[in-house]
Amino acid sequence: MSMATTTVQPVERENYLNKEYGVGSWLLTTDHKRIALLYLISITFFFFIGGFFALLIRLELLTPASDLVQPDTYNKLFTMHGQVMVFFFLIPSIPAVLGNFLVPLMIGAKDLAFPRVNLLSWYLYIIGGVMMLHCMLTGGVDTGWTFYTPFSTAFSNTKVIEAGLAIFVAGFSSILTGLNFVVTIHRMRAPGMTWSRLPLFIWAHYATSIIQILGTPVIAITLVLVVAERALHLGIFDPKLGGDPLLFQHLFWFYSHPAVYIMILPSMGVVTEIIACFARKRIFGYSFIALSSIAIAVFGFLVWAHHMFVAGISVYAALVFSLLSYAVAVPSAVKVFNWTATLYKGSIHYDAPMLYAFGFIGLFTMGGLTGLFLAALGIDVHVTDTYFVIAHFHYIMVGGALMGYLGGMHFWWPKISGKLYPEGWARLAALIVFIGFNLTFFPQFVLGYLGMPRRYADYSHMPEFQVLNVLSTAGATVLGVGYLLPMLYFLWSMRYGKPAPDNPWNAAGLEWMTSSPPTTFNFEKEPIVTWEAYNYDELDRAHKEEVKVAG
Amino acid sequence: MFNNFPLWPDRASTAAGNVDALFIFLLIVSGMMSLLIFVALTYFAARYRHRRGVLAEQIEGSIPLELTWSIIPLFVFMVIFAWGAVVYFKGRTPPRDSTEVYVVAKQWMWKLEHAEGQREINELHVPVGRDVKLIMTSQDVIHSFFVPAFRMKQDVLPGRYTVAWFRATKPGTYHLFCAEYCGTQHSGMIGSIVVQEPAQYEAWMSGGTSGPLSASGEKIFAELGCATCHRTDTQGRGPNLQGVFGKLVLLADGRSVTADENYIRESILDPGAKIVNGFKPVMPTFQGLVSEEQLNALVAYVKSLSQPIATPIKTAATGDQNNDKTEGSQVQ
Repeated sequence: MSMATTTVQPVERENYLNKEYGVGSWLLTTDHKRIALLYLISITFFFFIGGFFALLIRLELLTPASDLVQPDTYNKLFTMHGQVMVFFFLIPSIPAVLGNFLVPLMIGAKDLAFPRVNLLSWYLYIIGGVMMLHCMLTGGVDTGWTFYTPFSTAFSNTKVIEAGLAIFVAGFSSILTGLNFVVTIHRMRAPGMTWSRLPLFIWAHYATSIIQILGTPVIAITLVLVVAERALHLGIFDPKLGGDPLLFQHLFWFYSHPAVYIMILPSMGVVTEIIACFARKRIFGYSFIALSSIAIAVFGFLVWAHHMFVAGISVYAALVFSLLSYAVAVPSAVKVFNWTATLYKGSIHYDAPMLYAFGFIGLFTMGGLTGLFLAALGIDVHVTDTYFVIAHFHYIMVGGALMGYLGGMHFWWPKISGKLYPEGWARLAALIVFIGFNLTFFPQFVLGYLGMPRRYADYSHMPEFQVLNVLSTAGATVLGVGYLLPMLYFLWSMRYGKPAPDNPWNAAGLEWMTSSPPTTFNFEKEPIVTWEAYNYDELDRAHKEEVKVAG
Repeated sequence: MFNNFPLWPDRASTAAGNVDALFIFLLIVSGMMSLLIFVALTYFAARYRHRRGVLAEQIEGSIPLELTWSIIPLFVFMVIFAWGAVVYFKGRTPPRDSTEVYVVAKQWMWKLEHAEGQREINELHVPVGRDVKLIMTSQDVIHSFFVPAFRMKQDVLPGRYTVAWFRATKPGTYHLFCAEYCGTQHSGMIGSIVVQEPAQYEAWMSGGTSGPLSASGEKIFAELGCATCHRTDTQGRGPNLQGVFGKLVLLADGRSVTADENYIRESILDPGAKIVNGFKPVMPTFQGLVSEEQLNALVAYVKSLSQPIATPIKTAATGDQNNDKTEGSQVQ
């Protein structure tokens, strides 16, 4: 053995990582896999900035008095935490990293349809990100991530225009990514890769792309209008100038509600892939999961005013939007039932990605069910704008979206990096994240029903809220450790990890049929697909026979 | 330090019980749903753990099952929707005979003025057992009037009135919060609702006051010269305002609107917006000439013109008799 290693230096196969070296080969690349890594680095950077703000928020709330930072600073912290996490982390997270990497691989294509547009979208993201950083470093913004008027247009003394323009620019990155995916999925599928053979990850990204293309321009226009009113005093939203502040809320939520689905749908796609692989089964109700993604994307556009039940809209409008909100809950429930049913009679493995997927189902179920409370008009009046809402959307967007993102990162890390991550550490991190998450956010449901309003720097007149806030802050520190760990061992594995085989999970899907890491053009020759997605019976039977022969 | 650690908010209004009942129902329903999912997940996870040599059994799916778990949740959701809608509708429909309190919100305080003329800041005294209607507006940004013990919240907007109501059921002092982020001291924009027994409340009410709000409105009405056009006969250049409030008004463009607080407000600040049929758009705007408080007084005055018999200052007893009078049951 030792002789073999010393005499025959294993030649590393050429792949997308080692094909070219140098900064230029990365910054001018049109390879979707390299662009995915550029995104990975940039969104991780913003994730830790947003996380740092979250940590300061939780530390401030450890004691009722406003004693760690000034109220103005606190207001900036929650504003920029929201803006950074939503626009610079969650929205690009799965689509721009895993989607970018996997969409062409999964459908058997060489690249996205428009490789240069793909690079452009990363540059737009970076320009937006730099503008956001500049805004933060020169004073920051304090409007809440929601930019509600007329506060944002006439009263705030902070960098509203800068933040608005930063998000405006980053929005185009999102639009271009969506556009690229839609065209790629329509036009670039390998021979035999029919719509009904697509992995559900692709269906989820298709639905997400539709929202990105149709929704994002609306927020872009809305932010331009905010800038116009603030800079030029055009009367659009401010009643003093003849505008209507509710118009802003309608426009803002017309994008920002569907934006929640931009964050959660790709995560659902990831979880579907993971569950099928680690249960060694075809997914239960393929077409129902596929169509529920489309249903969520479509219905998701019709529920925006459920953010406005106490804002001053008419009772009848509220009734319609409440009803439609329940309609969008059905396809989400259908997905959870199908994932659960997929486990039935499976052969379940508990590797780290599967633990994240289980965590996702648990937390998403909690988030979804508390959504039923908020959609109920009578209850919403009491709990909207309290910590109940905060807890609810963190269960969806952090419990759900981020859990799926981490699950996906573990599942495809061997393919992306060509290295194996340390399994024991990964399972531990999944457990820490799950416990830390619940400890942070579950107490906030109780706080919300008790009536603690969101965005309060100071609750010294309500000391009865302190116990739950202390619990929440304690949870946040645990959660912080849970998020740091994967970053550390992923980095560690890039240097010290064992080389990954091409298909370490024995998983179905074209991305596993090429080398790890893949070559620049993904496949040696164009694959021809003759099988359904999730053909785990064939894979396992073949594997079993191999073992028999070997034995 | 942690001696005060409640897990359920005070229940101090008629609405609170309704909201809590629905909330508990939802806790049970969602508890059952999550139990179902978690038990199934745990059972499958344990029962179908990977064992050497045992292959998974491939199952395509099942349309009957898909329909079952779409239709049953949909049905449950519709029950929740309907229940929630009923609770909301009640909470949004102030009973006709409510006592009125005008609320002006500004960064970062609450100014409250009772129809009887008492003024308060960051504190509102109300009696047990009487319907109280809040007519609210903001001087600057959007605020939100939130009383957790009443399960009541309503955003307060600049440039228009929004309305909320409650009936307190339990004496005590309860939190009043601003629930819509409004700037630096948002978390300092808090106050209290003091719910008193009727006798105590009457005692508090009899404290010094400059007379009812409508009376100050009448004074402003005279000072601004409104009466020169809005005469009490049919000869004025503006419509006669007697008995207008609450009625349907026919506009010059053929539409008709109900003369509510927002209509009166708009007609003062932006008279050209809705011209009454048969009149010319000759009224100047009073935007910037009257404060929010003066505007409230004017609105209260115009309202008082529609109540030929001055509303008696109700005692708690008469308040109770009017318990269930809502919009529909009102006979004019």
